[in-house]
Amino acid sequence: MTEALFVGMGTAALISSLLVILHRNPVTSALFLVVAFCSLAGIYLLLHAEFVGMVQIIVYAGAIMVLFLFVIMYLNLKSDVETGIQIALRRGIGWLVGGVIGAEALWLFAKEWGVGPIVPELPGLRDPNTMAIGKLLYTQYLFPFEITSLILLAAMVGVIVVGKGRAQRPVHPAKPGPPPPRVAPPAAGLPAAPDPEAS
Amino acid sequence: MIPLPWLLGLSVLMFLIGVIGVLVRRNALVIFMSIELMLNAANLAFVAFSRHMNSLDGQIFVFFVMTVAAAEVAVGLAIIVNLFRLRETVFVDEVNLLKG
Repeated sequence: MTEALFVGMGTAALISSLLVILHRNPVTSALFLVVAFCSLAGIYLLLHAEFVGMVQIIVYAGAIMVLFLFVIMYLNLKSDVETGIQIALRRGIGWLVGGVIGAEALWLFAKEWGVGPIVPELPGLRDPNTMAIGKLLYTQYLFPFEITSLILLAAMVGVIVVGKGRAQRPVHPAKPGPPPPRVAPPAAGLPAAPDPEAS
Repeated sequence: MIPLPWLLGLSVLMFLIGVIGVLVRRNALVIFMSIELMLNAANLAFVAFSRHMNSLDGQIFVFFVMTVAAAEVAVGLAIIVNLFRLRETVFVDEVNLLKG
């Protein structure tokens, strides 16, 4: 049963990943990517990684893909037009390099494959998955966890700075005129004098 | 129980699809999606080994990879939006300002 579910979801993940890179329309690509992520989440559930599966759906299929779709629709892209000898050449080289890497992986799989000892699972002794991950995250991996928040902060600042664009040039050039009258700063230590014009 | 070679084979194939996508497509958004595919393939390998070794550390690393992926997507999409404002295109081979 588990194997059959894995084969089904793995096939769905592979086919939708292929359609992501083969489809011309970016919106369709993004939607197929959602399908691939959901199939992967199902595989994580089969592997008893419930926390990772749920985070996969919430973060990847939810947040990241919504960001992608938002940007695609914001940019109002048409389908890609990919013709011309240069692009055909590039595409051929890309598939060739991919084929070489795939052949290398296949060779490695065929050459040396040793299945290590499978540690039998002890049912009932382990914490629930999320609780165990939480315990590990807040004890052994506490420092990397804090660094993660720094990464998110840096990304947030970076996105704001990049997304704001360059500094807006003034629409009307500043007219040359007399410099504004300087106001002497109040002397330190003294209480601020009441503004005579205000009263 | 799912055999480890099946999981690693699926991971390798997804990574391969991501590599081919980066090399073949010229739309910057699709290239980003291919990078996401590669990150997910690595995540799958992490979870598979975590299951195989009966240890939770792999799933912790998946958590960190997801954080980095989210940050990367946010910054990258902001750059793509800026690129589109500047050049009116998202095709990576039409952005050749630095080419001599």
